[in-house]
Amino acid sequence: MIVLGRSYLLAVLAFLYLPIGVMVAMAFNASALYTLPIDPSLHWFAVLAENGPLLAATRNSLLIACATSAAATLLGTLAALALERRQFRGRSLLRILLLPPIAIPWLITGTAMLVFFFWTGIGRGIHAMIIGHVALALPYVVLVVGTGLKSLRADLEEAAMSLGSTPIHAFFAVTLPLLLPSVIAAALFAFAISLDQFVVSYFLSTPGVSTLPVEIYSSIRKGFTPEINAISTIFLGVSTVLVLIFAQLSHLGGKVDRR
Amino acid sequence: MAEVIEQRRMAAPSVARPGRAGWGIAALVAPAYGWLTLAVFLPLGAMLFFSFLKAAPFGNRTLQYTLDNYFAFVRRPYLFDVAWTSIKLGLLTTAICAAIGLPAAVALARATHGRSRQVLFLLIVLPFWTNGLVRIFSWTMVLREGGVLDYLLHLVIPGAASASLLYSFPAIIIGLVHAYLPYMILTCYLSAVTIEDAHIEAARSLGARLPMIFWKVVLPLTAPGLISGAILIFVPVIGSFMEPRILGGRVGVTMGTVIEDQFVQAFNWPLGAALSFTMLAFVLLIFAASSRLLSGRVGAQ
Repeated sequence: MIVLGRSYLLAVLAFLYLPIGVMVAMAFNASALYTLPIDPSLHWFAVLAENGPLLAATRNSLLIACATSAAATLLGTLAALALERRQFRGRSLLRILLLPPIAIPWLITGTAMLVFFFWTGIGRGIHAMIIGHVALALPYVVLVVGTGLKSLRADLEEAAMSLGSTPIHAFFAVTLPLLLPSVIAAALFAFAISLDQFVVSYFLSTPGVSTLPVEIYSSIRKGFTPEINAISTIFLGVSTVLVLIFAQLSHLGGKVDRR
Repeated sequence: MAEVIEQRRMAAPSVARPGRAGWGIAALVAPAYGWLTLAVFLPLGAMLFFSFLKAAPFGNRTLQYTLDNYFAFVRRPYLFDVAWTSIKLGLLTTAICAAIGLPAAVALARATHGRSRQVLFLLIVLPFWTNGLVRIFSWTMVLREGGVLDYLLHLVIPGAASASLLYSFPAIIIGLVHAYLPYMILTCYLSAVTIEDAHIEAARSLGARLPMIFWKVVLPLTAPGLISGAILIFVPVIGSFMEPRILGGRVGVTMGTVIEDQFVQAFNWPLGAALSFTMLAFVLLIFAASSRLLSGRVGAQ
């Protein structure tokens, strides 16, 4: 039974990794028409270095992801502190209000943002995408930081305050250092959500200003662009490292809680 | 309008606890909820408003209200076919994910331990972190004529006719199942770890065979995971437009692509808004039904 279960898991993993493997393989394949067998070459990485729009879109993506991560982490951590540590009326309503950005299909949220931003003159472009991405990442930050707060004992803070420190000083001296792994994990999560976001960016992009996923989408619809495989392979490497850091940090958060 | 809503939000906690504590809470939550208001709630309100207009109010056009956009289904009966395609995609993707994901979750919970389980878990989550669009694009390289699948087929059967699945309904299903399978494995896994050896032992000692154990023990205990996985998959799939476009070509006309067209190609924003809200109403119905289903289960146990 155990052997059967494990071989089944391996088969599922093979299915999950098939397209990812194909992408990496094609990034190193000289053929422009994705033909097999593979003719090893770094040609597409060189072509990628020449592809101005794709590189500009990559820069935009990174810029938006950094801004989103910073803003969402700051706002989300503040909100999590109130939702997790204080008792007040309307708290459950505020919790429920975190759901729409997660639960409503992005197609609907994205088109709604397009309508509203265009109508009010906020317009489209990088700033609009940052506004949208922060809203999508915020609920996750509140969730991750809130979980971290739950495992931190509130009496540490109270002890600091009873020894005469102000609430703000107690937060920076006691809570924040212990909470830091969760906050960093949340920041990475927000970064990843923004970097991967396609639908909302698609509706908020303009012909001159797009992100990497949006640029990839229009390349796919135009035809063969093997550079996509090259840049995706680079990103796969980066996000794998991020996931490993994230996993390590959530693990650290767990350790703090057991202490 | 934004300020009014924001003020109301800020006022709510301070009513509950007048004084400094109330203001402290307000200061903590106001930035986050102000942002959500600007980026999500006001846009949804604006879209609802647009859905009742005859034409988008740009330039100096006067506002003309109409309910016509919500009768689009009556006027354009082909939309029923499109909606059915979307629902069919949602149902099939969810069912296949459940059929593959539940056994995988049970295998993960029962056939692996310690370090190897951690590694397998991480490997299942990792594909999430690669761009979804790129994964769909990779499937086009696998499924197309002369693609990886075709190549492998010819290695096994040299004289076979060339096979292409690309631009077909099954291609869309394959791409969607691949994109959403990890959700189902994760939610089912969270339920599957609660199954104890004693449950299975008890069933076995009472003479139950494997199918019976699955039906009477494993399935009821993993049902909450199955239901939440199903919602997590069904809802985004009926709103999907990029997967059907890339993998389905001309076959891939779904509610998602029709709505996208209204905003990107046809510039009929009021109609797009009405279609979006119709879909949103459908999604909310599903959430309501499923929360009743889930709470009903919890109550019964």
